[in-house]
Amino acid sequence: MDLNINILGNVEGTKQILKLTGEIDAYTAPKLKEALLPLVKKDGELVIVDLENVSYMDSTGLGVFISALKATKEHNSELRLVSLQDRVERLFEITGLNSIINIDSTVQGGN
Amino acid sequence: MESFDFIEMKVPAKAEYVGVVRLSTSGIANRMGFSYEEIEDLKVAISEAMSNATTHAYDEKDGGEVTVGFGLYPDRLEVMVADRGGSFDLNKIKADIGPYQNNQSIEDLREGGFGLFLIEALMDKVEIKNDYGVIVLMTKYLRENEVDINDDQISTTQ
Repeated sequence: MDLNINILGNVEGTKQILKLTGEIDAYTAPKLKEALLPLVKKDGELVIVDLENVSYMDSTGLGVFISALKATKEHNSELRLVSLQDRVERLFEITGLNSIINIDSTVQGGN
Repeated sequence: MESFDFIEMKVPAKAEYVGVVRLSTSGIANRMGFSYEEIEDLKVAISEAMSNATTHAYDEKDGGEVTVGFGLYPDRLEVMVADRGGSFDLNKIKADIGPYQNNQSIEDLREGGFGLFLIEALMDKVEIKNDYGVIVLMTKYLRENEVDINDDQISTTQ
């Protein structure tokens, strides 16, 4: 019941990859926010969040991604979520957030 | 009187215990024969109620605790999440919940705005009482493969 955050550094000058492993809930969401927000607040940065190994997420996680999305508008940066498990992607669909957050699940559906 | 098994847990109103209640929920729902998908729905719904309760109780000065009650009936699971924090304006909160609409501006999105909406989307019946503290009572029925027309579930099968 924890979340590991691995920042894979500045891959191509303006690209950051955040690889998450574990569960995103009320306990771990603040930790994610702390790691993600400084990245999307860099002007022009592309931030890719890899959720392949996130087995659980609830609205606290949605809240972090909403904050990050707001920050991208202010800093002309970009947020992209990739490799979501079906259950996690479903939350974005139910809430309609998949229409405003850039989600690329085609890489791998995974379980 | 309908017979049922009852399980009660009391946990400190702290975020680190949301996961503990989630694991217990998973175990109880599994024991009752809920499907994998339904168990995942229950885990999210109960965690949302727990998150609300911990945030809510956290605002109060006395650390506080959250009481979770599971009623295991032959055809359904009833889960009650109760905190002893102050009451809130339920009508205002209910008016605020709902999915994202395309005409909404991103700036208007509230970070914490989807918790109650998800509880209502994922459970069959939800009642909220806030006379003394806040009590969320949620029900999910055992379906045994029948498909409900009013089912809130969205299939993500590809």
